[in-house]
Amino acid sequence: MAKKLMKGCEAIGEAAIQAGCRHFFGYPITPQSEVPEYLSRRLPAVGGVFVQAESEVAASNMILGAAATGTRVLTTSSSPGISLMSEGISYIAGCELPVVLVNIVRGGPGLGGILPAQSDYNQATRGGGHGDYHLLVLAPASVQEAADLIGLGFDLADKYRNPVMVIGDGMIGQMMEPVEFRKSPVLDLPPKDWALTGARGRKARIITSLFLNGEELEALNLRLKAKYERMAREDVRFSTYNVEAGYDVLIVAYGTTARICQTAIDLLREKGVSVGMIRPITLYPYPYEAVAKAAEAARAVLTVEMSMGQMIDDVKLSVLGKRPIHFHGHAGGVIPTPDEVVERIHSIRAGFQS
Amino acid sequence: MQTLFERPESLQTTRTHYCPGCTHGIIHRLVAEALDELGVRENAVGVSPVGCSVLAYYYFNCDFVEAAHGRAPAVATGIKRTRPDLTVFTYQGDGDLASIGMAETVHAANRGEKIMVIFVNNAIYGMTGGQMAPTTLPGQVASTCPSGRDVNTAGWPIRVVELLSSLVTPAYLARVAVHRPQYVVEAKRAIVQAFRNQIEGRCYSMVECLSICPTNWGMTGRDSCDWLEKNMIPYYPLGVVKTPEGSSSRARVATQGA
Repeated sequence: MAKKLMKGCEAIGEAAIQAGCRHFFGYPITPQSEVPEYLSRRLPAVGGVFVQAESEVAASNMILGAAATGTRVLTTSSSPGISLMSEGISYIAGCELPVVLVNIVRGGPGLGGILPAQSDYNQATRGGGHGDYHLLVLAPASVQEAADLIGLGFDLADKYRNPVMVIGDGMIGQMMEPVEFRKSPVLDLPPKDWALTGARGRKARIITSLFLNGEELEALNLRLKAKYERMAREDVRFSTYNVEAGYDVLIVAYGTTARICQTAIDLLREKGVSVGMIRPITLYPYPYEAVAKAAEAARAVLTVEMSMGQMIDDVKLSVLGKRPIHFHGHAGGVIPTPDEVVERIHSIRAGFQS
Repeated sequence: MQTLFERPESLQTTRTHYCPGCTHGIIHRLVAEALDELGVRENAVGVSPVGCSVLAYYYFNCDFVEAAHGRAPAVATGIKRTRPDLTVFTYQGDGDLASIGMAETVHAANRGEKIMVIFVNNAIYGMTGGQMAPTTLPGQVASTCPSGRDVNTAGWPIRVVELLSSLVTPAYLARVAVHRPQYVVEAKRAIVQAFRNQIEGRCYSMVECLSICPTNWGMTGRDSCDWLEKNMIPYYPLGVVKTPEGSSSRARVATQGA
């Protein structure tokens, strides 16, 4: 398929269709309303169904119902909307249903703003709603990668019977870039022998997260834990930049911020300063070992985020005090510039020499 | 020998957890009989609520999914829109449907989702232990209105089917009672009609069942039945409040006036 110039939100919608998703339930919120707008046009044309829900609360419970029938289903929202969806997401995780959620993050807390931010890292990677659960969280750094990760996300949701969140900031959702819809490598997916399709010629099936007996509920929690451990073994994803050349500072950044840091690394290289970067693609499961290994080659680590410091906790859990960890971040829609990152690297390196 | 009475295939043999005298059992049976008679048990998906009937999926012999408190119509929407061939019903109490789930209730009805909603109205929260419901009658004592419902602060009880009847979207809306055999016969008729509406792809249907709660009302079963008849029926009149055909004329009037 030829490359097309598309807005991130529209590419996300199209990627879902390419992944075989024909059902969308969602509620408009800036900066991602282009996804429901796009799908309200496209889905009927491909025999699909678009439903504008009365709220994000309802949307999250609609996708639970849709997933319960074994159908691929998508919802998309932005920060305050994801908070409202947390009810349904917790039930979906407890019922072990596969869905794909997209959070095009805007600054918070509260109503916040509509500009790009990465301030929902903790909410995304620590579950977000009540109870002991995790989403599998994928963080694209370009429109192309957003499209690719939507396709992968549907497969991973089915593989693990677990909700998958693709998390991008408003930049990923709103910018236009060339995109090509590639078939994701086909995973050997388990049969949906739990789906509610009517009890024809078989015993009736029940999908529930309610276990009034303590041992039974703990059994669910242990099953979920085993699933998260399997994710950590089989599906950690990350990419690196400029690590072959050797470096004394390692940058850890994800999403849009990683692209800004990449520009900063290029600027530094022109001045003869070599800085490496590791970019987590799965925010959960987090690439702890890869970050730890990359940090070993550096004298210091710099975490750059569009938040007041959320992923930095995972960087600390990776490095375990073996290297000093610095932080550079902006919030509220203020975007770090490559020059700022360059300055920050210079000041960290100045500390080495003294 | 002729079999005159037997367990519907759509009910499991499991013993229920419902209190003695509770009318959930009657309503479960009516739903099960309707599934059997219409031959849709193997095609049905039920959605259970949060409330006394949270464990309904152990009692019905068809596919079932739980819903968060009040969200059963949203879950049912997700099922029905992905699998329109399935017969989808929710089973909800008054707190679930008319308090926390009012938005989902109104909007599923307004979208005309082709689902069937069983609404059990016993004018009180049962599972949590007898708190005030949106349908608790004026002056009725509950654990969170110990002096009786004060309509000046809690408002008047919500007549759900009448409220939904104001929507222009076609629907089948009926209120029945299950405290005496002759009412049970009518209730069954409404539930069968509601399922039929869905099977024929006609409209959204809700059957509100006036029900008793001897445990939380603090009465015997017999006194509860008398109390329902004397207090609930005058406030919650029985009958078919709206049919899909009836709504079209209402829709025309509204359009002409606009």
